[in-house]
Amino acid sequence: MYDINHIYEATSVEHAVQLRVEQPQAKIISGGSDILISIRAGEMAGCDLISIFRLDELRGVTLDEDGTLRIGALTSFTHLANDPLIKELIPVLGEAADAVGGPQVRNIGTIGGNTCNGVTSADTASTLLAHDALMELTGKDGVRLVPLTEFYLGAKKVDLRPDEIATAILIRRENYQGYFGHYIKYAMRNAMDIATSACSVNVKLSEDKKTILDARIGYGVAGPVPMRTPSAEQAVKDKPVSADTVEAFAAGALEDVNPRTSWRATKEFRLQIQGELARRGLTEAIQRAGGKVS
Amino acid sequence: MSQIQYKAITFTLNGKEVAASIDVRESLADMLRNEFGMTSVKKGCEVGECGACTVLINGVPYDSCIFLAIWIDGKEVTTLEGLMDEEGNISDIQQAFIDEAAVQCGFCTPGFIMSAEHLLREGKRYSRDEIRKELSGNMCRCTGYQNIVNAVEKTMEKRLEEKEA
Repeated sequence: MYDINHIYEATSVEHAVQLRVEQPQAKIISGGSDILISIRAGEMAGCDLISIFRLDELRGVTLDEDGTLRIGALTSFTHLANDPLIKELIPVLGEAADAVGGPQVRNIGTIGGNTCNGVTSADTASTLLAHDALMELTGKDGVRLVPLTEFYLGAKKVDLRPDEIATAILIRRENYQGYFGHYIKYAMRNAMDIATSACSVNVKLSEDKKTILDARIGYGVAGPVPMRTPSAEQAVKDKPVSADTVEAFAAGALEDVNPRTSWRATKEFRLQIQGELARRGLTEAIQRAGGKVS
Repeated sequence: MSQIQYKAITFTLNGKEVAASIDVRESLADMLRNEFGMTSVKKGCEVGECGACTVLINGVPYDSCIFLAIWIDGKEVTTLEGLMDEEGNISDIQQAFIDEAAVQCGFCTPGFIMSAEHLLREGKRYSRDEIRKELSGNMCRCTGYQNIVNAVEKTMEKRLEEKEA
C-alpha cells in the first residue's frame, strides 16, 4: 500500500490542467517509476497525485507538417526504441531510450516523466538536449514552448508552472536532418543501472565527409542537470575530420563539465570518463555520418 | 488521511472478466495477491528492480509492484497462474525451467517465466544475448542465469519448430 492521500485521475489534457489549478499541492504521476519509488521511500508520504496515465492521446511519435518530430510526453521508452519514425530520423534517441533500466521499466517509464523529474542521469535527456529539443507545456492559458536547455533550472527543478503539464517533446527538422548521433552510457552494469556518466554526440559532415559542419554534445551526470558543452562544439565547428579535432572536442568538453563526487564515483573518475566519452562518441558519430577519423 | 478512497474497476484476469472495489493506494501486485489470491506474483524489492512481480498487461511485461491497481481498469492481466491449461498442467516454459534446473529457491521464477513468456509469444528467434537482454529486468540471487537462458532458448526452439511444422 502506497502512502497516498488522494489520487485525481485526469481524463483529458484540459482536465489535467484544471486539476493542476484546483489541486496545486498535488504531484503529477505519469508512469510512476520514479514517483512511486519516492513515495515508498517516505519522501512524499501522504501526497496527493494527479494521474495522467490514462491520457493515451499523449502516447506515440508523429511528424508535423513542417517536419517537426512530435514525441508525446507519455511515450514509453520501449515505444521510442521500436518506433519506425525514430529509427529512421533520429535512431540515437531510440538507442538512448533502450539504455534505460530493464524491459519492465522501459515499458512503464515515459519520456515526459524522465524529463520533468529533472534528474541529471535521465538517459534520454542528453540526446534530446543535443538535438535542441523543445518542451511543449500546456497550461490554462494555452501552450508554451521552452527549449530543453532552459527547462532545466537546477537539480530536480524544471520550469513547469503550477497550472501546466508537459504534453510533448518537439525536435525540429533542421535539428535532426543530416545529423548522425551516438549515445554512450557508462554504468557498472549493462541493465538496471543509473549512468555514472553518459554522453550523446551528433555531427553533420560536409559532402566529402572531410569537414565537421556542426557537432553537438549533451552530457548526463556532468553537472546538476543534463548539459551541453559549448566549448567542445565550438572547438570542432568547420574543422577537418581528424584525430586532432577529436582531441580538441574532448578538451573542450572538459572545460565545461562540472561533475561531483557521489557514492557512485569520484569527480576525478567522472572527468576521466567524460573526456573519453566525448572522444568515443564523436569518433562513432563521424563514422555513422560516413566519415573516418584517421 | 481524510477518508479512504476507493475505485470500482473491471479487468480481465487470466482470461476471465473480474471486478473489484479497491483502495486507490494499492499496487497491482498487492491487489492481485490480496484480492485475487494470485500468489505467484512475488513481492521482492517493491521498487521495480528485481522483476519478481512481473505480470503481462495486454501481453507486455510490467513490474506490478510499481503499477497502481487503479490503472488496470479495462486491461488484460496474465499472471503465472494463467499459463496453466484446463486440466491444471503447467506450460512448456515452466517444464523447461524444471528440466534445465533453472530453479533453486524459486522466488524469482514466476517473474522470469512471465518475461520469458512475452518473448516466446513474439514468435521470433532470439540470440542468447538477446534473451539475456529481454530478461535483464529480472534478478536471480541463487543460481545464476545460465540455466534460465537454457530453458528459455530450448522452449523458444521447440515453439518455433511447432510453428513451422
